[in-house]
Amino acid sequence: MKRVYVNEQWCLGCHLCEYNCAFANSGMTDMVLALKGKPIYPRIHIEEGEKITYAVSCRHCEDPLCVKSCIAGALYKEDGVIRIDREKCVGCCTCVLVCPYGALAPSEDGVMQKCELCLQNSVGEPACVKGCPNRAIVYEERGEAL
Amino acid sequence: MKRYVIIGNGVAAAGCIEGIRKIDRTGEITVVSEEDRAVYCRPLISYYLEKKTDLSRMQYRSADFYDRMGCRVLYGKKAVRILNESREIELDDGALLPYDSLCLAVGSSPFVPRFEGIESVENQFSFMTLDDALALDAAVSENSRVLIVGAGLIGLKCAEGLTGRAASVAVCDLADRVLSSILDDECAAMMQKHLEAHGMRFYLGDSVGRFEGNTAIMQSGAAVPFDVLVLAVGVRANTALLREAGGEVNRGILVDERMQTSLPGIYAAGDCAEGFDSSVGARRVLAILPNAYLQGHAAGVNMAGGSETLENAIPMNSIGFFGLHAMTAGSYEGALYEEKTDHSIKRLFTKDDLLKGFILIGCNERAGIYTAMIREKTPLSSVNFEILKKAATTAAFSSEIRRKKFGGVV
Repeated sequence: MKRVYVNEQWCLGCHLCEYNCAFANSGMTDMVLALKGKPIYPRIHIEEGEKITYAVSCRHCEDPLCVKSCIAGALYKEDGVIRIDREKCVGCCTCVLVCPYGALAPSEDGVMQKCELCLQNSVGEPACVKGCPNRAIVYEERGEAL
Repeated sequence: MKRYVIIGNGVAAAGCIEGIRKIDRTGEITVVSEEDRAVYCRPLISYYLEKKTDLSRMQYRSADFYDRMGCRVLYGKKAVRILNESREIELDDGALLPYDSLCLAVGSSPFVPRFEGIESVENQFSFMTLDDALALDAAVSENSRVLIVGAGLIGLKCAEGLTGRAASVAVCDLADRVLSSILDDECAAMMQKHLEAHGMRFYLGDSVGRFEGNTAIMQSGAAVPFDVLVLAVGVRANTALLREAGGEVNRGILVDERMQTSLPGIYAAGDCAEGFDSSVGARRVLAILPNAYLQGHAAGVNMAGGSETLENAIPMNSIGFFGLHAMTAGSYEGALYEEKTDHSIKRLFTKDDLLKGFILIGCNERAGIYTAMIREKTPLSSVNFEILKKAATTAAFSSEIRRKKFGGVV
């Protein structure tokens, strides 16, 4: 299955992926109207270390702890993609407590959100990858277990 | 064809079913469900009271779950005896159910102390099952004064669910602080202040001495009148079935890392089981939902002839009240690192080059990075802990660890 990977040596730390993510999932057609002057709630975030930056989003784990731990049965796996049913989520944050990658966070309305690879929104492919100016973020298959 | 029987129909049972089906697509699975309901999310019953969810959204799995999994569910039936020699279960209607492999996912029951005069209380409830929540929901009106005995996870979530729906909500506990099983004094005080600001009243370090009708006479002498009483003192693992069959039990049904009990062919999972708590290196009942699913899944895989072990289970909780979240994990031993503001506390406990546990109130961003360090016993000397203690970030890991975590399929 194709997943989002980041080549950290190419990441500029520009945070564009966060904006592209928030816009792609906003359901709006105008980026300025969607994002300008508002706090954004992206499903990818830049981690910054002493000398490095890189983007982190859901790893779509083979054995997802978040799905197994969800007290509302809201997180599930479909065709390899870890998805969340926003109607079922009650915002308890247990997924935040267990995700080893820090890939889940509350959305604006308190329901949890995570990267679903833009497969359900109008972009249809990861917007973070599409908009990465240095092609640090890629969408590809790597070492799939058979 | 192998015959699997699962007693219980909660989340551990769902995990067990999915674990079995990962290995064995055709074996016959029978679920004995005392509750007349498909598997639902028990921890959501307080959200139901609060109207943040409803019966349909509380379903743990989709409506076709049992069909899809090829399971037969015996609703409203109770297992009364395990006939270990002949490998059969005796049900309360006298029927015998043969099994090749059995999983006990029988949960726990509310522990109700014998309060003097309890029989004179008209409206008393437990808070464990959906039926409890439905009964409580029907009994509470905007004029109700509610008294909850027990300021633990169950009692306080119930109190939150009823706040705003009832005239008043009071909570008492013998312990001198709220959430005494997961919070230390200072953290509990912060949470209590927050709960009080939302209208809850507390009687701590005090418990009910006796009831006189709908008035609780506290041990301190205080008289607390109420209309609705909720007993949330604690729970006890349901161990009787296995114990009576000759199996080993302690506080829970003793299981190894494969969820196997001391009796051949019999597994146990969830709130009834006492497995290994790797944060303290001892057996403990870890009555939390993630553990129920994980244990159930491991039991199912092993029952079906596969191999799955649970070696890094730890206590962990994420619990929020009126928007303030507390996250806790592991054990609170060793050196303390602390950060405090008026609205948040972070406490990290380190010992022997390991992160042993944490309490985070109002500051839980990416807390799972800490949780994973406890579970995986990540040596602190292998990471930049000076950065990590300030913020949970994988940027503080070595590039080699990061490559493993982010470079391929995990």
